[in-house]
Amino acid sequence: MAKPEIEPATSRPTILSRLEGLPIIAVFLVLLIVFMVLAPEVFLSPNIYTTFLSTLPPLMLLAIGLTFVIGAGEIDLSFPSIIAFSGFLFAVTMKEGSAWFIGLLTFLHDSGLSFITVAPDADFTNWFGWIGVVLALLGGLLVGYVNGVLVARVGIPSFIATLATQFFWAGLATVLSGGKSYALRGASDTSVWQWLVGRPLAGFDGPFWTTQLPLQALWTAIIVVFLWFIMNRHRFGEHILFLGDSNDVSRVVGINVEKEKIRLFTLMGGLAALAAIFLTLENKNFFGNQGQGYLLLAIASVLIGGTSIFGGRATIVGTVFGCLVVMIVEPGLVATGSTGAWVLTIRGLIFLIAIVFYLYVDEPARRQAMFARLRQRLEFGRGKPAGKELTGRVAGRDNKGEGT
Amino acid sequence: MMDLAAAEDDASFADLVRLQNVDKYFGAVHALRNVNLRIGRNEIVGLIGDNGAGKSTLIKTMTGVLKPTSGRIFIRDKELSLADYSVQMAHDLSIETVYQDKSLGEKQPLWRNFFVGRQIANRFGFIDIKREKELAAEILMKSIGFRGVGIGVDATVKQLSGGERQGIAIGRAMHFNADLIVLDEPTVALAVKEVRKVLDFVRSIKAAGKACVYIEHNLAHVHAVADRLVVLERGAIVAEITPRDMSVADLTEFLIDLQQKH
Repeated sequence: MAKPEIEPATSRPTILSRLEGLPIIAVFLVLLIVFMVLAPEVFLSPNIYTTFLSTLPPLMLLAIGLTFVIGAGEIDLSFPSIIAFSGFLFAVTMKEGSAWFIGLLTFLHDSGLSFITVAPDADFTNWFGWIGVVLALLGGLLVGYVNGVLVARVGIPSFIATLATQFFWAGLATVLSGGKSYALRGASDTSVWQWLVGRPLAGFDGPFWTTQLPLQALWTAIIVVFLWFIMNRHRFGEHILFLGDSNDVSRVVGINVEKEKIRLFTLMGGLAALAAIFLTLENKNFFGNQGQGYLLLAIASVLIGGTSIFGGRATIVGTVFGCLVVMIVEPGLVATGSTGAWVLTIRGLIFLIAIVFYLYVDEPARRQAMFARLRQRLEFGRGKPAGKELTGRVAGRDNKGEGT
Repeated sequence: MMDLAAAEDDASFADLVRLQNVDKYFGAVHALRNVNLRIGRNEIVGLIGDNGAGKSTLIKTMTGVLKPTSGRIFIRDKELSLADYSVQMAHDLSIETVYQDKSLGEKQPLWRNFFVGRQIANRFGFIDIKREKELAAEILMKSIGFRGVGIGVDATVKQLSGGERQGIAIGRAMHFNADLIVLDEPTVALAVKEVRKVLDFVRSIKAAGKACVYIEHNLAHVHAVADRLVVLERGAIVAEITPRDMSVADLTEFLIDLQQKH
């Protein structure tokens, strides 16, 4: 039973493993080229790409956070509720904060503190926009921290824990907002809008698309690059990958498993809160279920990108292109004249192919078995006997199937 | 904390580890009964006994995973405060444990496996990958002797055979200057050829002037490398044997007799 211990071919890093995210980059380029050929008037003009830059950041932030979570072998289902909860905190503070504050000042003035005066045209919306940002971020971090404690200290599996908190925080957001949506009229005049999701080149001469370049794309890009370094070059990223590999091993090598998990979910909460702020500001509107569409989209982007659902392997570059692939399908299909009804089908198809592909990359044994089966089938077709190099299990199973 | 171990003068202690009257209860179960055990600074001690005899409990107590119910533990003749003793403290005192299959991250490259938990990092926590890879390559070549088999520092643990995995884990422990390496059944489920590799690694521990506690089911394996065998039976040490005086067959005979007596 002396099996070869090491396959020399797989011991060296292959092209696939050396260039992070190569398969999904290839898929993206193929899709892009196909759409460029089929709908050149849309995909060869820059406007669609500027639109992408304004709509993609929330999904990108969520998917990058999830890359860490899934890489650690956990899952977070609660981020749509963070988008609702943090989005609500942000919107209500920005919209109502100034009026509350003026009301408070007026009350104090009327109660005898006459040195407090309020100008009749006073408006603190600019300030409360930023206070809203802080509150929303704190809210997201809190939700994430609670998730982390539930998973790491209480010991509830993350799927269950975050499913429960998802209902709780989404419910709380609905209760607090009374089911109302908040339209942020005049938001584009506030400094918080201009700094976070503004169009800095809008006042300059240039082609139309440059005037529409959105700032949130820049912030998101900076965060993604930073988190790439964290994942690949930082202690935290390494700990995350070992956690995904095995909690037992992580403990033996001296990783503080509980602490790192709490950090992990807190990071996810913070990123989801930022996504909520970008989304609310970009739409200039908050509504209670604004996060719901992102749950499966974000998970799919991460897995299509090549992060392992079993944990232990995570790729930021893959996730970035996973998001691009998921997002390009819709405008691509619409522009090429298909109905939007195909969008989900095509996404599902890409998802399936990706999952099977990565499974075979992950597990060489399965891949070899599959190729062996394939080879054998082909050889049967040509009337040749089954190859003797096949392992007993595979050969046996196939012989049964084919009969003799 | 590493200075603590390094500062010890070579001649300043008699025993590397000494357990004195150690008892351990799990509820009503008396897992360790009045255990007295010394580990010298350069010997391989084989720990044998049936399943449930208390081998694992004993090494876990020795390495800070479990706290004894009563008794005293001395390391380099200095008594430990049992309340403070932990895995981390054992590491700081140069005691490393290599568990059967809980020591390495399967999907991670070897260089990350060498340094995880004590990365070479700047003060912001960013890892010096180049340095870690260089050192890992050095460990691979020198202490483990992986030459010309096509295994580099970027290979993942998944690509290694069982014996090579033990080699990596032992090599890592040696690199971090462990004075005592505890091996928990390193040859379980290994092919004959792999077992030989592991036994060579165990011998290299002794050759490097270090000590080793070696838990093993297979008498032939442990007989081949141990300087001293400690037999555990229902939580108590019932015999200490010098295997050089006995053949494997005699040893087996002896153990069967012993079991019938108890």
